Amino acid sequence: MIKSFVDKKLTFRDMDPDVSLKAAADMSSAEIIETVSASSLRGRGGAGFPTGAKWKFCSRAEGDQKYVVCNADEGEPGTFKDRVILTRFPHLVFAGMSIAARAVGATRGLLYLRGEYTYLREGLMAALQKRRDDGLLGDEIMGVDGFEFDIEIRMGSGAYVCGEETALIESLEGHRGEPRNRPPFTADTGMNAMPSVVNNVETFAWAAAIMEKGPEWFRVVGTDQSTGFKLFSVSGDIDRPGVYELPLGITVQELLAAVGGENAKAAVIGGASGRVVSQAEFNRKVCYEDVPTGGAVIVFGPGRDMLDVAENFLEFMCEESCGQCTPCRLGNTKLLECVRMLQEGTCSAAYLREIVELGESIHLASKCGLGQSSGNIFLSIVENFREEIMGRALGAVEPATLRS
Amino acid sequence: MVLLTERDRIRQSLSELVERYGNTRSSLLPILQDIQRQHYHISEYAMQVVADLLGIHPVEVFAVVSFYSFLDFKPRGRFVIRVCRTMCCHMQGKDRVARQLETDLGIKFGETTPDGRFTLEYANCIGMCDLGPALLVNDRVYTEVTPNEVHHIIEECRKVFGAHAVQSQEVGL
Repeated sequence: MIKSFVDKKLTFRDMDPDVSLKAAADMSSAEIIETVSASSLRGRGGAGFPTGAKWKFCSRAEGDQKYVVCNADEGEPGTFKDRVILTRFPHLVFAGMSIAARAVGATRGLLYLRGEYTYLREGLMAALQKRRDDGLLGDEIMGVDGFEFDIEIRMGSGAYVCGEETALIESLEGHRGEPRNRPPFTADTGMNAMPSVVNNVETFAWAAAIMEKGPEWFRVVGTDQSTGFKLFSVSGDIDRPGVYELPLGITVQELLAAVGGENAKAAVIGGASGRVVSQAEFNRKVCYEDVPTGGAVIVFGPGRDMLDVAENFLEFMCEESCGQCTPCRLGNTKLLECVRMLQEGTCSAAYLREIVELGESIHLASKCGLGQSSGNIFLSIVENFREEIMGRALGAVEPATLRS
Repeated sequence: MVLLTERDRIRQSLSELVERYGNTRSSLLPILQDIQRQHYHISEYAMQVVADLLGIHPVEVFAVVSFYSFLDFKPRGRFVIRVCRTMCCHMQGKDRVARQLETDLGIKFGETTPDGRFTLEYANCIGMCDLGPALLVNDRVYTEVTPNEVHHIIEECRKVFGAHAVQSQEVGL
């Protein structure tokens, strides 16, 4: 068992997955979708698409075999909440998937688990078997005629981009994990060209919680456009790294206070596809309408070198770009080259301006969400830390990059 | 008496895999993952046989193997050590752990020891950001690794190769 620090007041602890599933079993498809829509739950993986709307599209789409897919390809740097959810609350996730299946009329479920989490597989398989034995998966779930659903676990093989929903479907179908053009959307043309619901692990868990407690209970927390609590994976230069449950709409400052990171100089919110928030912006809100995130918060203390941060994230992007479109594949290598020039102090202001324009082109011209946001960390560092990154000399003493 | 050649044996075991996962394109990844686990790589011959059995072009299989970082053409070691190189582990001192691993194993990242026992690789974020530096040894995860502990991790793996040791798969590594 991995000893991650987990917030004591997690809502998921008090939930009963069986009660959620029973509530859904007693409802019609339209009623379930209405309940989830009324809660204004939005995708917890980071993109924030309204879950109710997604389910509605899928329930209306025509297809002989619909699928419910759980995205457990938690590859975003700085995120580990799904690992904790899958370890501690697998039944809540599976109940959420079953509820989605009832809502859209799907009979097959797939959980796409990242290859790095292979050690979680056995526990998840055991949980699935228990559900089958208890009549919570299979035919006539909870004795309801026609409620038929089962879940299969599929493994990833070490590709960050497979966390993008269309790439994930490509991978499930046995192809390279290259994102597709959208539209068509997965709700209508997903797995094997059939209507599919693809949601993050945490989204399914919240959907199950909403079925138990009702949409009003969920809506009272958060902002108008970002309702509910959210799990945050917080790491970096703070006193208590771990998983926290906090309301959406919390300011960065409040979040840092909750985790013991008050003296931070900056934080990356949203992982490699997020952005760097500097001290001046610590009053901004973490929610879909301001600083969106899938839950990853990496905090940097006063001694951190922001160029080192930019370099690490760009190395990540260069390696993990699927290579399908040029702006992301080649653009990021040019950005990385520029970071190395800045480190050596050989990047002119004019060249930096050109590279920033290139970063903006990557945002405009990439096909998938990951490609579009691949240059964001670099761009926000250049925007906020110009004084720190310009005019360096090779071999000069730079801010410490190692803790102690 | 008919002697089975290595190739017949591979074809036989791949047919069994195809039977188990089903003769569809979406079985490709699970099949390849099993080959990788059993043979520590996916040979050109294996790719051709899988393509043949699934009724697709071999280049389709090649394209998939080349895409995923956990699938390899070249034989990898019995133990693949993957050190997380992403930001949080980087901040928590992954460089020193990496250096000690290189020194103790006598190989660089991306290489396999000549005896075929260990492969050293970097991984991108393995989801242990709160407990770094972290690394994976095959499917097993090690957290908060210190340079001094590297030696113990390697020794733990080496025990598998002792004269009376059980096979690595049996101990779940």
